[in-house]
Amino acid sequence: MSTPVEPPASPLVCAKCNLPLVLGKVTAAYLGSEFPIELWKCSGCGKIFVPEELATGKMLRVEQALEDK
Amino acid sequence: MDREQVRRWEAQCIQEQPPACTASCPVHVDARKLAECVTRGDFQGGLATLANAVPLPLILAHICDHPCQAHCKRAEAGDAIEIGLLERACAEHGAPAPLMRAQQSRNQRVAIVGGGLSGVSAAIGLAGRGYTVTVFEAQPRLLNRLRSLDERVLPARVIDADLSSLEQLGVVVRCETPVLNSIEQQFDAIYLAPGPEPFHDDSLSLARGEQSRIQIDPLTLATSHAKIFAGGAQRYAPAAYSPIQSLADGNYAVVSVDRFLQGASLNANRDNQGTSASRLFVNTGGFAASPAVQASGAAGYTKAEAKQEAARCFPCQCLECVKVCSYLEEYGSYPKSYVRQIYNNECIVMGMRKANRMVNSCALCGLCTAVCPEDFSMADVILDARRSMVKSGKMPLSAHDFALRDMEFSQSDSFTLARHQPGFQTSRAAFLPGCQLSASSPDHVAFSYEVLRGAIEGGVGLILACCGAPALWAGNDERFQQALDALRGAWHKLGEPRLITACSSCYRVLHDHLPQIPVETLWPHLHAELQSVSPQPVLRAYAIHDPCSTRGIGEVEGSARALLGEMGIATTELNEPGLTTCCGYGGLVLFANPAMAAKAISRRAGESDADYVTYCAMCRDRFAHHGKRAVHILDLVFAKNDTDPAARPDPGFSRRQENRAQLKTRLLRKVWGEQETLMEPEVTLSITDEVRALLEERMILADDVRRTIEHAEQTGDKIENPASRRFMASYRPVCVTYWVEYSPDGDGFAVHNAYSHRMEVR
Repeated sequence: MSTPVEPPASPLVCAKCNLPLVLGKVTAAYLGSEFPIELWKCSGCGKIFVPEELATGKMLRVEQALEDK
Repeated sequence: MDREQVRRWEAQCIQEQPPACTASCPVHVDARKLAECVTRGDFQGGLATLANAVPLPLILAHICDHPCQAHCKRAEAGDAIEIGLLERACAEHGAPAPLMRAQQSRNQRVAIVGGGLSGVSAAIGLAGRGYTVTVFEAQPRLLNRLRSLDERVLPARVIDADLSSLEQLGVVVRCETPVLNSIEQQFDAIYLAPGPEPFHDDSLSLARGEQSRIQIDPLTLATSHAKIFAGGAQRYAPAAYSPIQSLADGNYAVVSVDRFLQGASLNANRDNQGTSASRLFVNTGGFAASPAVQASGAAGYTKAEAKQEAARCFPCQCLECVKVCSYLEEYGSYPKSYVRQIYNNECIVMGMRKANRMVNSCALCGLCTAVCPEDFSMADVILDARRSMVKSGKMPLSAHDFALRDMEFSQSDSFTLARHQPGFQTSRAAFLPGCQLSASSPDHVAFSYEVLRGAIEGGVGLILACCGAPALWAGNDERFQQALDALRGAWHKLGEPRLITACSSCYRVLHDHLPQIPVETLWPHLHAELQSVSPQPVLRAYAIHDPCSTRGIGEVEGSARALLGEMGIATTELNEPGLTTCCGYGGLVLFANPAMAAKAISRRAGESDADYVTYCAMCRDRFAHHGKRAVHILDLVFAKNDTDPAARPDPGFSRRQENRAQLKTRLLRKVWGEQETLMEPEVTLSITDEVRALLEERMILADDVRRTIEHAEQTGDKIENPASRRFMASYRPVCVTYWVEYSPDGDGFAVHNAYSHRMEVR
């Protein structure tokens, strides 16, 4: 599930660590399947941001496909 | 799913039954397809349907005695289709199909005695299967009897064209040749088709029957001699000569001789041979009567006349259920095919299960059963499939998760209650309002309970509970049984009184699954209340929408009408009560396939311009959500002069849960005089209507939003967008991650957006 991530107009900031989020490799997992994916995350605490377009778009479609497997 | 049960379901759906014309034809000509071909001007295609049934299609087209016409359903709306004339039109206007070629060469030899229709068609059929065939005919030429017919009825060129198959297949023809004495030794099988007169050759020493005709088995055409078969007019005389029956005997002879020579059973699997009655139901009531098209010339129809006549064919189909159900219509087929798709879906071990969504899109409303001539129940099939999917862990998690969590709320301490009326140690009856009326209009529950306490002496208890219908519909037996146990427990606790319910789904569940509990509807108990209500002048009649859960339960349908009558409310019927349609909530379609639920409610809402009145809180709210003006029957009983109940909005998922919780607190305080336990003050959220609608659509509760923000504020675990000065918070209570975009707003927070996903990200 490779996903081109649009760079935001200004960087999002982790409120806990006060650090800007940076693009990093993370894993999306559902029903025993795992997908490497690049998302914005905090370099301090590792908090990951899932954008709305991803959650309601590609992620939803993959979830449904896995549920029908 | 049990394989045998699947077969029984498939057999119950009659859509694939042959139409009456085909069933009544000895060779099962697909006359419906022939008419479809002719309607679009495809005469060659029409002729091909004849060629599929018999080896002499051109001759048949000219002289068929068309017994099918007497069975044609068109006769119930005008004249029967002129199938005989359409056959002829196919021969006149369509180019003949290519001649038959032998499939393979076999070295066995077959003799045909008698070159009439039956003998010649058997000769072509057997030669086509590769046998070496010889025809013996006493007359100077084959089909001698047909050659004597008027040239206008059967032109000689037509006979010659059909007979050219014989030469193509290498059939040897011996005319004016007496039957060989040694025929029995020279051939491996013999088909006798000597015509209607008694057959006098005694050298074969065959058993004789009436008028010393050969004794012939009607199914296999076998005689007393193992390798000799006989048929045609010899078999069915003295009945009148029937070209189609003679051709049919030729076909049956081909099957029998072939099986005999291959050593196969003569009798097996021949149940469908010959004429039969069709189970196919055709609702002819909807068609205007029309007369048959008259042929302008002696040679039959012109192309235009034939097309016009063929277009009168309905064509015969059942589809009674598909016509009335958006769901059955959606997938482009009919129950028999759906049963197969669903069974195949279940059998998939690796790969995509393409019918999961179809399985979860049926409302289980029972309308298909109500209209089916054979009482087929799609609900039974679907429930069986869902149960099986849940058991094997193949039910998509997202399909019913939200509804089951909502049910869990209704089973939690936030809502449940089982108490005697204050001041009573026993209950003569108990009120079970149902979780959806409590969610939709808690006022009505409180008022109704007050009325019941006044109307019934000896104490009326109250049970706030969930009957488990969502789990039942989701195919989740375990959760359903838990809900039934809880309800049974509450009933025991109150001393097993009769239950009075305001919910059709509760009524249905009790009726079907807890038959030991006596249940009745609330409606007859409200008559006393009405004396204080002055009937409102109603300018237009309400149209009655019955909930699908109590379909066919006359007591429920009748008592709601009686109450409306007593109130002086003018009403009209949308349909017979037993033929109501689902609002889209039934079977949890709203959650598994919102688009299908929208189709269902839209179709129902469009059936009348009148405001609707119903006695199911969920139906009422579904109409309100769709923008259709509708009232609950209790809106009329407890009418307030200054409000328009038909304009009351759908409370939405979040408000439904809050209403249930508040109803319990309120009743405990007002009826039982209990102090409210002080709750921690909740975070104040300001949510615009637009965002609220988005939350509804995405099935995110305000409570989920609140918990997400609380979590972020308590832990500091949130993301800030410096440009907008807003925060993004995420929270995953169990299996769904919620994201909320918010900003501080006075003492609380303004919610700008929310979404969710099931995938876990790490």
